[in-house]
Amino acid sequence: MTLGLIGRKIGMTQIFSEEGEAIPVTVIQAGPCTVIAKKTLEKHGYTALQVGFGRQKESRLILPLRGQFKKAGVEPCNILRELRVDDNAAFEIGQKITVELFSVGEKIAVTGRSKGRGFAGVVKRWGFRGGRETHGSMFHRAPGSIGSSAYPSRVFKGRKLPGHYGDANVTVRNVKVVDVRPEEALILVKGSIPGSRRGMVLLKKLNHS
Amino acid sequence: MKAIEQIEQEHFKMGITPFKSGDTVRVHVSIKEGDKERIQVFEGLVIRKRRAGLRSTFTVRKISYGIGVERIFPLHSPVLDKIEVVQRGRVRRSRLYFMRTLKGKAARLKIKRLV
Repeated sequence: MTLGLIGRKIGMTQIFSEEGEAIPVTVIQAGPCTVIAKKTLEKHGYTALQVGFGRQKESRLILPLRGQFKKAGVEPCNILRELRVDDNAAFEIGQKITVELFSVGEKIAVTGRSKGRGFAGVVKRWGFRGGRETHGSMFHRAPGSIGSSAYPSRVFKGRKLPGHYGDANVTVRNVKVVDVRPEEALILVKGSIPGSRRGMVLLKKLNHS
Repeated sequence: MKAIEQIEQEHFKMGITPFKSGDTVRVHVSIKEGDKERIQVFEGLVIRKRRAGLRSTFTVRKISYGIGVERIFPLHSPVLDKIEVVQRGRVRRSRLYFMRTLKGKAARLKIKRLV
């Protein structure tokens, strides 16, 4: 069962623990998420919860979505996601999932869309070391040799080369929850998470915790 | 943005003794040893203050048994019990890195007269 929450990354700061340690934290506006629909085994072939986050003007919705929100009887949301759960009988349509889903000290998974870096070279994209910048070196950030000659007369698949980097879905697991603030719907996790500020993130419970 | 400021507000320490680069300070650091807590004093010259809100730090330099020792303290750390200003120095710059190359008599600063 992977229950989760949709949230928005607010930014990073640093707080002090009781022992006096400085902890780097990311602040996330998480939830409340409304259950919009339930997917059932009989009707859809799998069980899941459809949850929404944020608010959207009704006039901005396409008609099919407008109908779905009306049927659920909830305020229109601008972000919809499905959460695969084994048993969704405990949830009602219109029910709010709040940040209290997570507890302090718990390890969670955070999914976000990483910052786009455009067409990146091998140093940034794959961590190649590159050559030296000075002392007559003419080899700076180039990829170098990409294979042998007569045999195999081609470049092997999977060769690390320049290309588009970032703007991909990235999941970080075992992110520690430092603080949960239900009244402001905020959650603080240790360290960094993928994506830009104000970017959408999905917080999920870890199965094996 | 507002949420971050709010969180930081809770961790700000109020009433920190004001001090500047060039001042000689006594920093009282609480140290946990097992379940006992004691206070250790680090006395030296402030050679740098980094102003960054909650993440502000300052560097204290002292000569310990003939060896220069620098320690960087987070300004708002709860580990810092208190900061005492022993002496105020008259300096014309905010980063006193030149002190690292000076030894003995040359490594003295003029004392600022308190008005």
